[in-house]
Amino acid sequence: MAILSKEEAKQILEKVISLSKADAIEANLSGNTGGNIRYARNTVSTAGAESNTSLVVQSNFGKKVGTATINEFDEDSLKKVVSRSEELAKLSPENPEFMEPLGPQTYLESKSFYESTENISPEYRAEVAAKSINPAKAKDVTAAGFLQDSAGFSAMMNSKGLFAYNKNSNVDFTVTMRSNDGTGSGWVSRDFNDVDRFDAEEASMVALKKATMSQNPKAIEPGKYTVILEPAAAIGLLQNMIGSMNARSADEGRSFLSKKGGGNKVGEKLFDERVTIYSDPTHELVPSATWNGDGQPLKKTMWVENGVVKNMFYSRYWAQEKGVEPLPGPSNGIMVGGDKSLDELIKSTDKGILVTRLWYIRTVDPQTLLYTGLTRDGTFYIENGEIKYPVKNFRFNESPVIMLNNLEELGKQQRINGNLVPSMKIRDFTFTSLSDAV
Amino acid sequence: MKRRDFIQMSGLGLGAMALSSIPIFGKSVDPSRFLESPLDVAAKKALADAALNAAKKAGASYADFRLGRYLNQYVITREDKVQNIVNTESYGIGIRVIANGTWGFASTNEVNQDSIAKTAQKAVAIAKANSRFQTEPVELAPVESYGEVSWKTPIEKNAFEVPVADKVDLLLSANSKAMENGANYINNLLFLVNEQKYFASTEGSYIDQDIHRIWPTFTVTAIDPKTGKFKSRNALSAPMGMGYEYMTPKDSEKIVSPAGFNLYRNNYDLVEDALIGAEQAKQMLSAPSIMPGKYDLVLEPNHLGLTIHESVGHPLELDRVLGYEANYAGTSFATLDKWKSGDFKYGSPIVNLVADKTQPNSLGNVGWDDEGVKTKKWHLVKDGVLVNYQAIRDQVDIIDQNESHGCCYADSWNSVQFQRMPNVSLEPGKDKYSASDMVKDVEKGIYIAGRGSYSIDQQRYNFQFGGTTFFEIENGEIKGPVNDVAYQSNTQEFWNSCVKICDKDDYRLFGSFFDGKGQPSQISSVSHGSSTTRFNGVNVINTERKI
Repeated sequence: MAILSKEEAKQILEKVISLSKADAIEANLSGNTGGNIRYARNTVSTAGAESNTSLVVQSNFGKKVGTATINEFDEDSLKKVVSRSEELAKLSPENPEFMEPLGPQTYLESKSFYESTENISPEYRAEVAAKSINPAKAKDVTAAGFLQDSAGFSAMMNSKGLFAYNKNSNVDFTVTMRSNDGTGSGWVSRDFNDVDRFDAEEASMVALKKATMSQNPKAIEPGKYTVILEPAAAIGLLQNMIGSMNARSADEGRSFLSKKGGGNKVGEKLFDERVTIYSDPTHELVPSATWNGDGQPLKKTMWVENGVVKNMFYSRYWAQEKGVEPLPGPSNGIMVGGDKSLDELIKSTDKGILVTRLWYIRTVDPQTLLYTGLTRDGTFYIENGEIKYPVKNFRFNESPVIMLNNLEELGKQQRINGNLVPSMKIRDFTFTSLSDAV
Repeated sequence: MKRRDFIQMSGLGLGAMALSSIPIFGKSVDPSRFLESPLDVAAKKALADAALNAAKKAGASYADFRLGRYLNQYVITREDKVQNIVNTESYGIGIRVIANGTWGFASTNEVNQDSIAKTAQKAVAIAKANSRFQTEPVELAPVESYGEVSWKTPIEKNAFEVPVADKVDLLLSANSKAMENGANYINNLLFLVNEQKYFASTEGSYIDQDIHRIWPTFTVTAIDPKTGKFKSRNALSAPMGMGYEYMTPKDSEKIVSPAGFNLYRNNYDLVEDALIGAEQAKQMLSAPSIMPGKYDLVLEPNHLGLTIHESVGHPLELDRVLGYEANYAGTSFATLDKWKSGDFKYGSPIVNLVADKTQPNSLGNVGWDDEGVKTKKWHLVKDGVLVNYQAIRDQVDIIDQNESHGCCYADSWNSVQFQRMPNVSLEPGKDKYSASDMVKDVEKGIYIAGRGSYSIDQQRYNFQFGGTTFFEIENGEIKGPVNDVAYQSNTQEFWNSCVKICDKDDYRLFGSFFDGKGQPSQISSVSHGSSTTRFNGVNVINTERKI
């Protein structure tokens, strides 16, 4: 019973709500089916299939809250999970930040589920592996990759009359190709809601080409360079920055968006005016659910517009404290890009470094959002509009706030990890040391 | 850990601080359930036999069965409030088989004979399906048949038996000490883990284990509203393979740092550390920024543990060396040819790095690993030279050995077990030498305590580490706190710059509950012991920026 229809989910949830003796009850029901295959050394290493459905019930008496979970749905099990959540609530200390469940809400429609993805078979997964392994073998390269797919639903209902339902599917693919002489490495990442948009052969060839192009890299001095970040390289820093746009941390004085003397930086221009970042759960290329875990509607929301911080996310509790409307965090990130292809960005570059991806990104200073990490799987020197040769990987120390002020040019967007991100040319990106890693 | 199983703590209303990325997984349960035992050993054995027989009947040449009950408790507070108390349980079985020379794995949370037999058949079917693409048939190193045996973490006080109210009181009294001493905020958490695991295999072992771990940790933050600056200091506790006795302070387990504040060995003083943490966070607001350059680093064990983890633990995992992790965590610079040469100088001659799954109070301490191999201790680096890796039953033949090292682990009943890092520790120096002695002959240096920012490349050459607190050393004396420190080095260069190691009296454990590896990603708990150690001439950068 992994993927329930809206009506089936509603029926179970109505029964759960009817069993409540608490001041309020809220129930989340979700299920998914999926599988994965992992390969390395040009052979399949592990594979698995999974299916799971679960029901989470939260009951509250005043500000005393209890949560219980179950994955059986007969009447006795439903009674058990409701009464357990009530017992736990009675045992709990008061949570001063608890917010009553929301009343009925209106949600947008978003097509985030595709049967094509639900129907992925073990044979399909094995074929994907073969589409990486076979061309790799032919080029004296070794492939290691991972494909994971999942299709499922989530639904929620509470005793205040709220009901929400969504179906979602996803397929995520990554492959690393390493030349057998150990001097070159390439990588690619693809993710879609609809597996019919995924071309394993095309993706594998991107990684394979980078593996051979990056062989025998030259060492060049670390320092400040103009870089072209592919979307997979830009996403890590952007995601970390958007994830830090929490109003409470800023208001408490412990965020890059805290204002000297108190308050936050909403309304201030912090970035180059071409920087616009928003979220939109109904976007055709990166669709997601249109509600979050506590039932708040998700809509198109501007986070940074023309370089100005437009919004920060407010939990329901913090919004109440501050007397503002709550604003849930984003379910995706969309950064407005330009028209140029990656090749065109390279052509317009006198001297620079092309970066495939950044890896092992960690916060160094939360005050300035300084991060460190390394380039990986394809780093190239550009001169006079052409890729001249592969270079050794660098460690960087950079803040996305500084990076988005040093913007030279934006390229076309590409989907990466459920987000839409352009490739971007950045001046004065700070590389602080060299790495021998391939 | 499976993505579907966890809730990020930030979703529970925590501030977006360092602790927000800690995952919670399992079903919510009443804490009284922690003390119930669902099955006795005889019932577990009957289920195991059903699984192994079904697997053999379906065509498996080898099978193992794991029944797991994983209990967690999280007590989450900030300032004067309890934010959440979460109790979780996860229960089910996993069956791993070899058929046609290929691994297969399947799991279920329906723990009965019928479902177990079906799961065994599924595991065999997956193995057979994948064997079409298998070019490297599995070879298992021999293992002893242990019969029916058991092991339990030698705890004095089961933390799950301590009333939640007592835990809340302790955390809130630490919070109030921090707030009285200059903190603006404190997020303070206590995590408890109990893994009840039963393992059986067609090799004839039936192993019942009861494993306990505990981790108290906080982040205290001080703010200067005039400058808009904020500074945080993390707890100097370590996650331990212990019971609640870790939370009872003992003077004999306190070590005075060269900078004058207390550090902790096998007993922790949460209230004292919160107080010191608040004072230090406040001091950092006005501390000077470091001048970049070469410094002699004096690294305290609660800091050095993470450096050992990243620069020794990971590169010496044999599956990484062989390329099985190439698409995720990466490979390793410590290739087989370097090991075979017999003279690869990983570190200076005083560097001895040992792997040990039997070390008392450590997170990796168990009787048997998750494929029924008795645990042990072995050298990875001896007198500075690379001598061995970490390997399990299906790998040791590659390094010409015929005995698994006993470091196979799965983070749940529904995860397949694979090679995981054992405790990896730096052996203490042989001469009598304290941390204060070490500072005395440093002309220009930095003393670093506690964990901070960490990042290392995918072959484990180039790394950068921060810390929790930094003190500048000038002409043999601690000058005072300093900010914006990160050191960058290369693994081999760094370990060869190791010039002095304090003796065993200074030795203590660092640990992590959340070492990640594999696809789908799994977590693992691991400790790293060391004494305060000095590394000469390490490159230090200044991390201050203006935005």
